[in-house]
Amino acid sequence: MFGLDKKHTNLLLLVFILTLLAPFILNPFPEGSGMAQFNAGYPDLMQRFVIFGIFAIGFNILFGLTGYLSFGHAAFLGVGSYAAMWMMKLLTMNVIPAIAVSIVVAGLFSLLVGWISLRRSGIYFSILTLAFAQMSYALAYSVLTPITGGETGLQPKITDPRILDGASDTTPKANLFGLEMGSSFEWSVGSWLFTFNVGYYVAAIAMLVSFYLAIRIFNSPFGMMLRAIKSNQQRLNYTGLNARPYTLAAFVVSGMYAGLAGGLMVAMDTQVGAERMFWTASGEVVLMTILGGAGTLIGPVLGAGMIKYMENIMSKINSTILHEWFAFLPDGLEDFVVTLIYPFIGKGWHLTLGLIFMLVVIFLPGGLVEGGQRIARLFKRNKPSSDTPDGKTTPAE
Amino acid sequence: MGILDIKNVGKRFGGLQALGDVNLSVAENSCHAIIGPNGAGKSTLLNCLVGKLIPDTGSVMFDGKSVLGRKPYEINQMGISRVFQTPEIFGDLTVLENMLIPCFAKRDGSFTPNAFIDMYKDSEIVERAEHMLEEMGMADARSDHAATMSRGNKRRLEIGMCLAQEPRLLLLDEPTAGMARADTNNTIDLLKQIKDERDITIAIIEHDMHVVFSLAERITVLAQGTPLVEDTPDNIKGHPKVREAYLGETQEAA
Amino acid sequence: MEAIILQILNGLDKGSAYALIALGLTLIFGTLGVVNFAHGALFMIGAFCAVTLSRMLQISHTVIDETQKDFLGNPLKVEVPYIHEIFGQTTGDVIIDWAVPISILFAIPVMVLIGVAMERGLIKHFYSRPHADQILVTFGLAIVLQEIIKYYYGANPIPTPAPDAFRGSFDFGAALGFDPNTIIYPYWRLVYFGFAALIIGGVFAFLQFTTFVMVVRAGMADRETVQLLGINIDKRFTLMFGLAAAVAGLAGVMYTPINSPNYHMGMDFLVLSFVVVVVGGMGSLPGAVLAGFLLGILESFASMREVLEFLPGINQIIIYLVAIIILLTRPRGLMGRKGVMED
Repeated sequence: MFGLDKKHTNLLLLVFILTLLAPFILNPFPEGSGMAQFNAGYPDLMQRFVIFGIFAIGFNILFGLTGYLSFGHAAFLGVGSYAAMWMMKLLTMNVIPAIAVSIVVAGLFSLLVGWISLRRSGIYFSILTLAFAQMSYALAYSVLTPITGGETGLQPKITDPRILDGASDTTPKANLFGLEMGSSFEWSVGSWLFTFNVGYYVAAIAMLVSFYLAIRIFNSPFGMMLRAIKSNQQRLNYTGLNARPYTLAAFVVSGMYAGLAGGLMVAMDTQVGAERMFWTASGEVVLMTILGGAGTLIGPVLGAGMIKYMENIMSKINSTILHEWFAFLPDGLEDFVVTLIYPFIGKGWHLTLGLIFMLVVIFLPGGLVEGGQRIARLFKRNKPSSDTPDGKTTPAE
Repeated sequence: MGILDIKNVGKRFGGLQALGDVNLSVAENSCHAIIGPNGAGKSTLLNCLVGKLIPDTGSVMFDGKSVLGRKPYEINQMGISRVFQTPEIFGDLTVLENMLIPCFAKRDGSFTPNAFIDMYKDSEIVERAEHMLEEMGMADARSDHAATMSRGNKRRLEIGMCLAQEPRLLLLDEPTAGMARADTNNTIDLLKQIKDERDITIAIIEHDMHVVFSLAERITVLAQGTPLVEDTPDNIKGHPKVREAYLGETQEAA
Repeated sequence: MEAIILQILNGLDKGSAYALIALGLTLIFGTLGVVNFAHGALFMIGAFCAVTLSRMLQISHTVIDETQKDFLGNPLKVEVPYIHEIFGQTTGDVIIDWAVPISILFAIPVMVLIGVAMERGLIKHFYSRPHADQILVTFGLAIVLQEIIKYYYGANPIPTPAPDAFRGSFDFGAALGFDPNTIIYPYWRLVYFGFAALIIGGVFAFLQFTTFVMVVRAGMADRETVQLLGINIDKRFTLMFGLAAAVAGLAGVMYTPINSPNYHMGMDFLVLSFVVVVVGGMGSLPGAVLAGFLLGILESFASMREVLEFLPGINQIIIYLVAIIILLTRPRGLMGRKGVMED
């Protein structure tokens, strides 16, 4: 289907179903229950899952396949956001032009940055991207304030031209041909509450398209060349292939994905600020990709989901809640356990994130995907295969 | 005029004259060996041929076109395929994928953004690659990770990858370095087979005399950056100058 | 002319910090072959050593002072630092005042210990792993260290003043024969520069007059052979890392009066420090130091009012611009060895 083989069609279908049913899957706990705070099925968070999923999928095409580690992709996210915002201020609040322009502008910017940065490889390349990212951030913060709004950022205002939309006397809202991004439909089933948000589904469709394109790229000769670059760039050069245009293409593609993510953020939030471009935001997408599994298809999406979930949910757990959980323990022990866990949750969740990241890099470089595969193999080994009659295989040649 | 013409090539690194006044011609469809003691400049010469170094003086012409100043991938597209001292293959990829890449490179050139086709659906390329794997006797291993192969098999794969591009010139850089006798003999047989069955020129830099004398039709002896002698294998054997270059003082014949 | 000298002086404190951090980075990269993204965190930890010692010195307990009365007429409850009890009030106060320089003694063993722990526990497993993995794991470590500090010390900067003797500014201009009050420079920054020069000198002397670095470099190139020669290369690697950590930490300790320590100062300095290392030439120690000072001074010049009028915002991006230009035109940096890490 759509030019994919069975395995990948199934993967795409799986992701499709998961994103379609996300409002259900992410809200398993009834409202008002003790576990309700672990529900992730509210619009803001669901949107972030898919948007950062897009960011990570794109980044994976560069880092996962070619091995080139860029610390500058937040700059493309930011540029995409600014472009989308300007489209919304100048032309229309309809999200389609905004998203389109965010992809194009980010693509062009990444072409420039990539063309310069890829003149070097390895650590030099990484530092070049870092330098560009910081430069962009500094410029957005100070010099380019007319365009970027500096510290305050940009929001849509009633006074904006918005040529295609015509005058309006209410605060403009991002919409898809009239359907507002912010509008949601809530459905109560018993004590469960499910929210279906327009913005989420718009972003989810974008993510499915992005995911599909990523599958095509992975399976193509182009994708294979990218993997060959990571495996042995020297051999590639001596086999008649020029690595530079391949890496540049991968860089631009990943930049466009970042721009798309940035544009979607604006479509949901209708605001943008310079902090989106700070280099630690680039670090975040690196974390997501590796945590999930660099070089795999589903890995980046998993990593993005996991980190955004932790960011929003883990950071909400505080000591009161911890005490509630461990109330069954005798007082002294309860206090002890809470004190032990406390630094790792709530505002300290970054600490947990850093530790998990380090553990992944050290022990499980393939991320969650590798972890899942290892667990699956454990189960397969425990089941005796019924194909081999007496457990012996034919001797090796 | 051979297919590879090296004229007056010289290269200096600071105070060291690595190559001086190198004149060498490799005849088309022949098997030409370049030998010499350590430090003779063999590697430097090779690097001048494949685009890694630019000599200070002289010219290197392949099939009438200059090679100097071109990047390695351009030189490969001109028709020179190179085998490395340590087998260089794509360890993270499967054996079949390893073979697909040179086929794609040969047909499509140094860059094609073919991101929207499934690579296994390109039947022309896949058939070529499968065919080449069969010739190398590796068809069964097609799904194996290339990094898990033995060194000898990696060498076979590498040679196969080079041949898949139907090069005019196959350049081998000490292909049997570090190999045990059995593997060396296998490689010699493979190269003999290639030599006999194909219209191809082979240039081989080697240390192992057994290999050299089994394969070469002409031998150039390099010493201290410059060719000492160039002749047929029979005339090289026992040539006093060659012995001197390798062993030092000439010994009086008993 | 005065303005130029002033700007050069202005660039010296940040330049010294850059030079010291870059020095440690280059030691680790040039000799151990490891890209250490946690180096900024070491700088930060050094600064917090000073904070910790300062706090420790001021640990006090409440004492009821009969001789003084509060506004209600009751005996005054006074906080008396234990230091006062041990050393007497005047000496105690002096010690508290000099907390920052005293922290040097405290910081050296602490930083060496942390460096050794880092190397033994983590870094040594990454010697043979690709640079990208090293960057990632040390990046993770930097986040962890930063968060630990944030947890214990809070998110706000903690002012840590210099000793009284060094507060205030020095009329540099007058000393050089210019009109008074045209070139004034804070004493402590001068001290910092001198301190940095001392450390840099010490490190270079150590490298020059011992075979330590040579052995470590050889070990990086061919570990097995060095070990076969009977040299305990592991110990030397560990020591080298400890040394680099100590340099970064000391740079942090003495920097605290200039910029109040906060949990993200490590990351702030890290990016620029890597840029400095690359400009100086990766693997070149003199290059790192030189580039650190040059870029600090350059940044200072770019902050001049006249310059900012002409090129607004240039001071924020000048270092990055220079780095990009150098990486493109002369990738080995100012003083890198030719052919090192060139493609």
